[in-house]
Amino acid sequence: MKLSGAEILVECLKREGVDTIFGYPGGAVLQIYDAIFKQDHFKHYLVRHEQGALHAASGYARASGKCGVALVTSGPGATNAVTGLADALADSTPIVCFSGQVPSGLIGNDAFQEADVVGITRSATKHNFLVKHAEDLALVIRQAFHIATTGRPGPVLVDIPKDISINICEFEWPEAVNMRSYQPVTSGHPGQIKKAVRKMLTAQRPVIYSGGGIMNAAGSAALLRELSHTINAPVTNTLMGLGGIPYDDTHFLGMLGMHGTYEANMAVSHCDLLVAIGARFDDRVTGKIEAFAPDATIIHVDVDPSSISKNVHAHLPIVGDVKVVLTQLLEEIARKNGQPDEIALALWWEQITEWRAVDSLYFEQPQDGPIMPQSVIRKTHALTDGDAIVATDVGQHQMWTAQHYGFRKANRFLTSGGLGTMGYGLPAGVGAQIAMPNERVVVFTGDASIQMCIQELATLYQYKLPVVIIILNNAYMGMVRQWQEMFYESRYSHSYFDALPDFVKLAEAYGGVGMRVDQVSELDAILQAAFEVTGESFVLVDVAVSREENVYPMVPAGAALNEMVLS
Amino acid sequence: MRHTITVLVENEFGVLTRVAGLFSARGYNIETLNVAPLQDSTVSRMTLVTRGDEHVIEQIKKQLNKLIPVIKVEDISHDVHLERGMLMVKVKACGDHCEALLDLVEQYDGEVLDDHIDSHMILEFTNKVDVLDAILDALTPFGMIETTRTGPLGMRRGVDGFTVD
Repeated sequence: MKLSGAEILVECLKREGVDTIFGYPGGAVLQIYDAIFKQDHFKHYLVRHEQGALHAASGYARASGKCGVALVTSGPGATNAVTGLADALADSTPIVCFSGQVPSGLIGNDAFQEADVVGITRSATKHNFLVKHAEDLALVIRQAFHIATTGRPGPVLVDIPKDISINICEFEWPEAVNMRSYQPVTSGHPGQIKKAVRKMLTAQRPVIYSGGGIMNAAGSAALLRELSHTINAPVTNTLMGLGGIPYDDTHFLGMLGMHGTYEANMAVSHCDLLVAIGARFDDRVTGKIEAFAPDATIIHVDVDPSSISKNVHAHLPIVGDVKVVLTQLLEEIARKNGQPDEIALALWWEQITEWRAVDSLYFEQPQDGPIMPQSVIRKTHALTDGDAIVATDVGQHQMWTAQHYGFRKANRFLTSGGLGTMGYGLPAGVGAQIAMPNERVVVFTGDASIQMCIQELATLYQYKLPVVIIILNNAYMGMVRQWQEMFYESRYSHSYFDALPDFVKLAEAYGGVGMRVDQVSELDAILQAAFEVTGESFVLVDVAVSREENVYPMVPAGAALNEMVLS
Repeated sequence: MRHTITVLVENEFGVLTRVAGLFSARGYNIETLNVAPLQDSTVSRMTLVTRGDEHVIEQIKKQLNKLIPVIKVEDISHDVHLERGMLMVKVKACGDHCEALLDLVEQYDGEVLDDHIDSHMILEFTNKVDVLDAILDALTPFGMIETTRTGPLGMRRGVDGFTVD
């Protein structure tokens, strides 16, 4: 069958099972857009900025477990996509991004809308390709999806010069992908599994520390919970790992790290065995590295060997897919009919109960005072039964969401953890709502973050996506202001907004419903009303919150986890 | 500590930039890098020399392996291995010292590649890195016009090969 490059792309997406792509047209991809116009295998969603396309693809991928797909044009289209690629790389999100490129003959000539996109995105992708012949296109696309979705997932970019999308050649679908240079390990080494189980069953003060790896290995959350209960070890989650174990599980300690709970950070600081599962010892998690879990034997399970012993030395590394390794661990425990050391564990749990009693997330909501941001999150949890898909931007509201929303399930918290990308939340919410049309999607954002990708309100309107956006509006870049208060003697250098737009009118101008709350007494009613808006309209609730509330607990940068400031 | 790492990569567009970019992005230093396709021209073999403690070298190996077109990585420093670099030197016409110069070439198993006895000569030496350093020192008094050298190529001793399969 003879097809143009653009038709080959469409055919390959169909065969990869793609049902949704996010993109923005332009000169170099016109041929591809024409082929998309003529097909009905997948739906293309038009975003309003290429960064939005990548974050939407990310939200789609993380909520659905499928690979996100984006399409952008050459030059500025592709450079606008770079933040979204870097974000997906840092958070291990599977995305294939197609970018148009100027015709092959013009590459290197500083042509109109030319940029060295393969060069620019080399360190922002797991891998990238420049397609040099239409004949190579099908194989490259096959490899791109394979690389994006296997091993440690990540973004892959395929740069397609315009002539390649026009040229006609014989289409051949490669049935299998076999790359001698890329063969991710899936199952853990049996010897290491045995050793790990021995450690788990003799530990006196064990802690399981799990991360985003649980989200990427579908079905692993239930195994994580089973392991935790089998060895009677408490679990703490990283920001990316929230929902890995239900928030109300007896064994859950809350998030650890810079804004983690007292019990999580104290437990990690005092444990004798730390089982890291699909987490990468980020500096926001470890604090001062020399003082991190100083007495612990560290077992580290990760699909990416380069994450192991990168920041913290792992005494017992296990390279493998988190789900496969968890299964192996549980099988080995069952085979040995292994029991943990319950006498020692009773003392450990007693200690943990004491730490929990500190109630480090406590806050007071004055009846006639300003609205506390934490209240808004907790009330939203109640209104959505802790079961919404929640996307956030970056900053204080993100940390309050992590601390107070309470996630029941995996793949429900979509946030930019590694790169810390303001502007992530709204487009991620777009992607999540498209992936999961029957689920409630909530975006928590701040008055600063929302403005970084606010144009995507138009996408919500165009596709009638009933996302609820809640702005915790303190008229500050809250986290910047908090650091300035704590570490720069309250010199609020450029962290204050004195020209905020009227978000309610803005929502209405974009075709949605806008609401504002500034009295505690109205909060319940208006939040409820927001969730009761029927039909296909997005709702934006602008909540005026206590302006100078800080996120606590906090481990100052460079301090040890047990040196946290409680309030 | 100095480490010599050999790498087999897919011989494709951009692979050298990926390797070099990895070193600069992660702050590793790279002393020398040699690369050329093998007889099976789909594969290139690199020899790179870097410095770092065991932890850094371990990360370098892992990060190299993480690059998609990298097929195999081996740090040969701990094994008994051989390294050879090549040096080319253009020296001035040596007049009265010609004999001493030719003795030197012979002493170090060098070769005269281009001989213009009245103006200049181009010499070639293949040897261990430290011997090449010594040769340069020894040639300095003769007056060198220009020099160029490769980083070392490396190969483990023993019957086992470092190949794709």
